[in-house]
Amino acid sequence: MDFDLSEEQRMLKESVDRLLEDRYSFEQRKTYTKAPDGWSRELWQQYADLGLLSVPFDSKYGGFGGGPVETMILMEAFGAALVLEPYFATVTLFGGCVRIAGTEAQKDALLPKIGEGKLLGAFAHSERNSRYDLADVQTTAKKDGSDWVLDGEKTVVIHGDCADKLIVSGRISGGQRDKDGIGLFLVDAKAPGVTRKGYPTQDSLRAADITLKGVKVAAGDMLGESGKAFPIIERVAQSAIQALSAEAVGGMQEMLDITVEYLKTRHQFGVPIGSFQALQHRAVDMLVATEQARSMAMFAAMMVDEKDDAERAKAINAVKVHIGKSGRYVGQQSIQLHGGIGMTLEYKVGHYFIRSTMIEILFGDTDHHLAALARAGGLIAPGTTA
Amino acid sequence: MDLRFTSEDIAFRNEARSFFESNLPPHIRRKQILGQRLPKEDVVAWQRILNKKGWACPMWPTEYGGTGWDAVRYYIFKEESCRAYAPDPLSHNIQQTGPVICAYGTDEQKAFFLPKLRNLDIWFCQGFSEPGSGSDLASLKTRAVRDGDDYIVNGQKLWTTNGHRADWMYCLVRTDTGVKKQAGISYLLIDMKTPGVQVRPVVTLDGDHHTNETFFDNVRVPARNLIGEENKGWGYAKFLLGNERAGIAKVGLSKARISLIKALAQRMQVEGAPLSENRRFREKLALIETELQALEMTNMVVVAGMKKSGGNRQDPRTSVLKIKGSELQQATTELMLEVGGPHSMAHQHEFLEALTDNAIGPDWAGTAAPNYFFGRAVSIFGGSNEIQHNIVAKAVLGL
Amino acid sequence: MDLRFTPEEIAFRNEARTFFEATLPPDIRRKQMLGQRLTRDDMVTWQRILNKKGWACPMWPKEYGGTGWDAVKYFIFKEEGYRAWAPDVLGHNIQNVGPVICAFGSDEQKAFFLPKLRNLDLWFCQGFSEPGSGSDLASLKTRAVREGDHYIVNGQKLWTSGGHHADWMYALVRTDTGVKKQAGISYLLFDMKTPGVQVRPVVTLDGHPYTNETFLDNVKVPVKNLVGEENKGWNYAKFLLGNERAGIARVGLTKARVRLAKALAERVYVDGAPMSENRQFREKLAAIEVELKALEITNMMVVAGMKKGGAKHDPRTSVLKIKGSEVQQASLECQMELAGPDAMARQVGFMEAKVADAIGREGMANSAPNYYFSRVLSIYGGSNEIQRNIIAKAVLGL
Ligand SMILES: Cc1cc2nc3c(=O)[nH]c(=O)nc-3n(C[C@H](O)[C@H](O)[C@H](O)COP(=O)(O)OP(=O)(O)OC[C@H]3O[C@@H](n4cnc5c(N)ncnc54)[C@H](O)[C@@H]3O)c2cc1C
Ligand SMILES: Cc1cc2nc3c(=O)[nH]c(=O)nc-3n(C[C@H](O)[C@H](O)[C@H](O)COP(=O)(O)OP(=O)(O)OC[C@H]3O[C@@H](n4cnc5c(N)ncnc54)[C@H](O)[C@@H]3O)c2cc1C
Repeated sequence: MDFDLSEEQRMLKESVDRLLEDRYSFEQRKTYTKAPDGWSRELWQQYADLGLLSVPFDSKYGGFGGGPVETMILMEAFGAALVLEPYFATVTLFGGCVRIAGTEAQKDALLPKIGEGKLLGAFAHSERNSRYDLADVQTTAKKDGSDWVLDGEKTVVIHGDCADKLIVSGRISGGQRDKDGIGLFLVDAKAPGVTRKGYPTQDSLRAADITLKGVKVAAGDMLGESGKAFPIIERVAQSAIQALSAEAVGGMQEMLDITVEYLKTRHQFGVPIGSFQALQHRAVDMLVATEQARSMAMFAAMMVDEKDDAERAKAINAVKVHIGKSGRYVGQQSIQLHGGIGMTLEYKVGHYFIRSTMIEILFGDTDHHLAALARAGGLIAPGTTA
Repeated sequence: MDLRFTSEDIAFRNEARSFFESNLPPHIRRKQILGQRLPKEDVVAWQRILNKKGWACPMWPTEYGGTGWDAVRYYIFKEESCRAYAPDPLSHNIQQTGPVICAYGTDEQKAFFLPKLRNLDIWFCQGFSEPGSGSDLASLKTRAVRDGDDYIVNGQKLWTTNGHRADWMYCLVRTDTGVKKQAGISYLLIDMKTPGVQVRPVVTLDGDHHTNETFFDNVRVPARNLIGEENKGWGYAKFLLGNERAGIAKVGLSKARISLIKALAQRMQVEGAPLSENRRFREKLALIETELQALEMTNMVVVAGMKKSGGNRQDPRTSVLKIKGSELQQATTELMLEVGGPHSMAHQHEFLEALTDNAIGPDWAGTAAPNYFFGRAVSIFGGSNEIQHNIVAKAVLGL
Repeated sequence: MDLRFTPEEIAFRNEARTFFEATLPPDIRRKQMLGQRLTRDDMVTWQRILNKKGWACPMWPKEYGGTGWDAVKYFIFKEEGYRAWAPDVLGHNIQNVGPVICAFGSDEQKAFFLPKLRNLDLWFCQGFSEPGSGSDLASLKTRAVREGDHYIVNGQKLWTSGGHHADWMYALVRTDTGVKKQAGISYLLFDMKTPGVQVRPVVTLDGHPYTNETFLDNVKVPVKNLVGEENKGWNYAKFLLGNERAGIARVGLTKARVRLAKALAERVYVDGAPMSENRQFREKLAAIEVELKALEITNMMVVAGMKKGGAKHDPRTSVLKIKGSEVQQASLECQMELAGPDAMARQVGFMEAKVADAIGREGMANSAPNYYFSRVLSIYGGSNEIQRNIIAKAVLGL
């Protein structure tokens, strides 16, 4: 048991921290939101140059060969800076699908390009009616000779607006919510039949609703086996939650720090408001929640590659429950302890609150994961009675 | 003790109910249900409908347009209004500066302002808070110096909600710096078009422009716009802040939201079944409803007490209403966002502002996130919940 | 970064697991599972088993009987003990006065007390709190005045837990009234049989006389029973704070309780189905398990830091105290909810294991008193409010 970072990990952390410190002040971030994509292409290239975009990929594909801990390091830093760039969509989700399920040829073709910053990807999976049910896919994938044809609509595809390529889930067989019969397809975002409606999300990121009308996909662009994509989707969702948990912790720590700083500097009634014990104790409860959430982000890093499917799934459920609850608590209190200033978009803290609210929704909210964990029997096995 | 309404109260409730149902313009009702922002003209239109009915300012003295209702009636009126999704009347006019003018204004002020306040011919905003003076309002620094028949006002107000829509501001200013901070404050009415008044928007977490900073640069205000006596403004402000007790918990609003959430949950499919059938969701709702029921009872007790005492006694339970009321309002906006889930992720400013009818995703979910974000303010303004806790600790518990 | 135990640690875990399983007397285990009170004899028996194994006082310096384990091993030891339903050792001996004597005692004190503390030949109680001095402990008033080779002690202690079992007390007394309150306190040991010591039981909410008031009336205490220097007692008492970090959250105990609750839930029927299938109950337990998992990892981070010789005052220690007590309380609350009407009969005799049969299901018969008693977890050992003050000041700088 050792919670210290290795030398390489420390260097990774330092380089990302340094870059973000230089380039991601709140003011700088504002200018990035105004760019056409809502993020900075120039910084994206810098991430690529620093090797950040290939962190989880094997060195065979030009990657850093990092694991969940490296992802944790990056995402925590991104969470602290409220990074806008499509790392999560491209590397974690899109890259994750390829990494987990791609053939050698697909990996060769895609992963190095992602690492070089030359390919943006998105994971077009969720639909109007799917909510948090990963198996709920109505978009159809029909065989046409050796090709596939996709029809349907995907909603809130994170960074689907700017992606070059999409990974689309489609139903090959079975009913709307069957785990069997789902396929994953690599689709060029500009392919005929693909229309995208991009929009900003609450947290200043971007997403798209994507319509697929008779979109042709070559046989070689299927990921994994036909009809057997569900376990892949589940794995990717679990990696996504691992990444989000670290991002959430980065944000919570920042909310705590900003709030404590404010408590020290804001004066009312002739004293710093941080001298009021009611507020001190609330700040401590924020710290407790943040520390506990950090522990769960570690747990996520430890469990996301666990071989036992059931144990892994339960662990990730537990992580999302905690991150959801603690993120909500820390977020709400960070606004409350600021008073009015916390309510404005001109001030930093509210942006973290908004992002943490969106993180709670992404890939299943607290209730969803708590129910799943409870259904699966919880983390601790029953014992015996006297 | 009788916890039921009297038969007259019930008759009144029915009258109010049918009034709201038949008079609230459908487009306003629709916006309210969708959680959209109302443009100025909607607020004005509704206020004028109320005014025509004689219900514009129920709690004002009858000679100035009040209805003469007791607190119970007024409570019923508010509840029915929420139930019908009617907008709140502009409280700055009706609950705040109106009663102050009724109580402390000159005959001239009354004659000029009161009819216009009722009919929303004049829109008032509130200039109390400043950058350095929020919870500690009495520390405010905006200066007003007497110069002949005028005051010259210099300083800055923050959080002037609706300042950009307003015609006038009621404002607390410092007229004496040599005394205890509460004793040097005056209550002035300022025309927003006066040279030297400048309003700058402050955008809140919902992405909307509700509130503002207001700068005063040598603004000349005629001394006849002073309310009551110079340096007595703090007393008037306290009178004003204690004014809106019956409706402060907004029980009706939370109830209306819960009805709405229940209706939406029937339409929303979760893992093959409607969300309304989901046990955890139902339990969560049931818990909120239980809290709300308790709050409603407390509210009635307070209201009944006001009816008996003629409404002049400051009941410390008002703070309980504020604390629990805001928490429950927040809980309902939270739940609404949980129902919306991914449908509520898109940022859609124009839909929120009702500038378009087309939402990204289902329309009912389009405003859930911004309304949740904005809902955080209800435990901050009007005396933050921490300040309310302090009040209860001191006034009720004697700590 | 590697969050797993090393092979060596796993081997140790297995050793500890086997040891506990093989040596914990079944009657003690049964009482523990049933949430019954242990007798003095039970405590002594178990402590002597540990002592024989050489595990009586793991964290003492090796020369006084410690095991030389690092914090991670100690954590594993504690966790395995809980897993097997082994009782906590008498904290007053092992975690409190023992380490103080090791660090500050005279050679004579060490030679006399330490072997007896380890083997529970002497049972110590703690005389710190007083009626007027709880959280503000340094305000204590019990006076000790030097007269020749003795101190004459007068005053009153409150909350002397186990005082009725105890042979000795370690007490904080005021030896100088003319200085800052912390600077006039001394750390004294005295025999409970000394004339003038009178112990009166205080029954706690569970119905058990867990704790006491102790009146001290001209009690003559030999000066050789002063630990360290006169007027330095506050430092010795503070030295103890943070001493018991690895085990403070009692993660293993809560885990054992959750396991038990799950097993019990299979037998309680609600609306025709076992409670273990009840969705709301499962979700409630799952929520506790999530908190517990976070706490466990936090705990591991703290002990891993201690192993590395990190800062003595890791801010996360207070997190362990706050969350640890909250989660323990939540698990006991949950157990009582599970029991429902089975929790209603007041059966102190069964709780004290003086009566063989419980009214209702025995596994849940003590759930209400144990719930009541658990409220103390956020009060003693520095209340949770005091912990928040500590974090606010020391960590957040407020
Ligand atoms: C959306 C919005 C609209 C508003 N509209 C108006 C308006 O139209 N006109 C107007 O004049 N004002 C308006 N306000 C201002 C509002 O009244 C203030 O925000 C409120 O008084 C709190 O002041 P503050 O924001 O300066 O917070 P502060 O007073 O700085 O408080 C910061 C934190 O400290 C806490 N705190 C302060 N004092 C104590 C204490 N003694 N004990 C414990 N905790 C304490 C607070 O509860 C809060 O958590 C508006 C505010 C908002 C957010
Ligand atoms: C069952 C039991 C067994 C015990 N065993 C022993 C024992 O063996 N030996 C021994 O010496 N003592 C023992 N104690 C005493 C224990 O250490 C004290 O109860 C504890 O220190 C709290 O002191 P108090 O009870 O006087 O509460 P108080 O200090 O009076 O506290 C009352 C309340 O005020 C809060 N409070 C106090 N100060 C502050 C502050 N500055 N800021 C915010 N909140 C504050 C507290 O958190 C608490 O909620 C025991 C207590 C119990 C209940």
